[in-house]
Amino acid sequence: MGNKMLKRNDMIMMGIVLLIALISLGFFFLNKKEGSAVIITVDGEIYQQTELDQNNTIKIKQDNGDYNEVIIEDGYVWMTDADCPDKLCVKHNKIHYDHETIVCLPHKVVVEIVGGEENTVDIIAK
Amino acid sequence: MKTKKITIFGVLIALAFILSYIESLIPIPIPVPGIKLGLANLVVITGLYVMGEKEAFVLSLIRILLVSFTFGSPSTLLFSFAGGILSCFCMILMKQIGKFSLTGVSIAGGVAHNIGQVFIAILVVNNILMIYYLPFLLISGLVTGLVIGMVGALIVGSVKKYHLVTGNNN
Repeated sequence: MGNKMLKRNDMIMMGIVLLIALISLGFFFLNKKEGSAVIITVDGEIYQQTELDQNNTIKIKQDNGDYNEVIIEDGYVWMTDADCPDKLCVKHNKIHYDHETIVCLPHKVVVEIVGGEENTVDIIAK
Repeated sequence: MKTKKITIFGVLIALAFILSYIESLIPIPIPVPGIKLGLANLVVITGLYVMGEKEAFVLSLIRILLVSFTFGSPSTLLFSFAGGILSCFCMILMKQIGKFSLTGVSIAGGVAHNIGQVFIAILVVNNILMIYYLPFLLISGLVTGLVIGMVGALIVGSVKKYHLVTGNNN
């Protein structure tokens, strides 16, 4: 019974999925750079952009009453408060590196860290 | 036979409904949006192997609508719908290919579910960076699909052994 549960093809498929996941994780890890700025977007629109080395508390209040609070301190960013149902954004680890994000899906809020000047130019060009 | 089919449908939908509720009570320690146990997939995979492909699709469609309207919000409906339908199509396809076991089909379903969710997340928050969650969600879909698949194989084995669905003693 035990060895019937997984066929050889199942193992191959699992291997492929695992490989894709690990390669992309490795790729993200190798490209890890220090961040320099924080961009907060709501529904794809930039809500506020600020420097990572500037301690700050940002309250994100939307017209429909949705509320999130972000703290930037000593180069780390985290969400301290939100009135969304799942609170996943508040539980999220502190972020620090380029491209890291904290998302509040119910509120469509994304806090993202961007890297050196190059990235900032990209964002503006967009 | 028709009455029997309707009854089994009802029982499976009720089961999926309860399992989704139980799942919503279990907190998940990893703060990555979209990670789920996928308990309700147990019912869909059982339906797929015991009843058939069309039935499994209808089952997952009804489950998604019922659960989202009861425990969720409009935004969860979108996520469940994308994940659930993609997962169901993928499982039907994998089963038709015929080279994978039930557990393998379930793994494909779990992974497809999470891929669907990441793509909806990219569209919803309008930010391509959501793709960074994909590796984590691939692995979590693999693990949950594996566990659900193994339990599912036991359930389908028993259901078939005792002719609970196809029994001719009606």
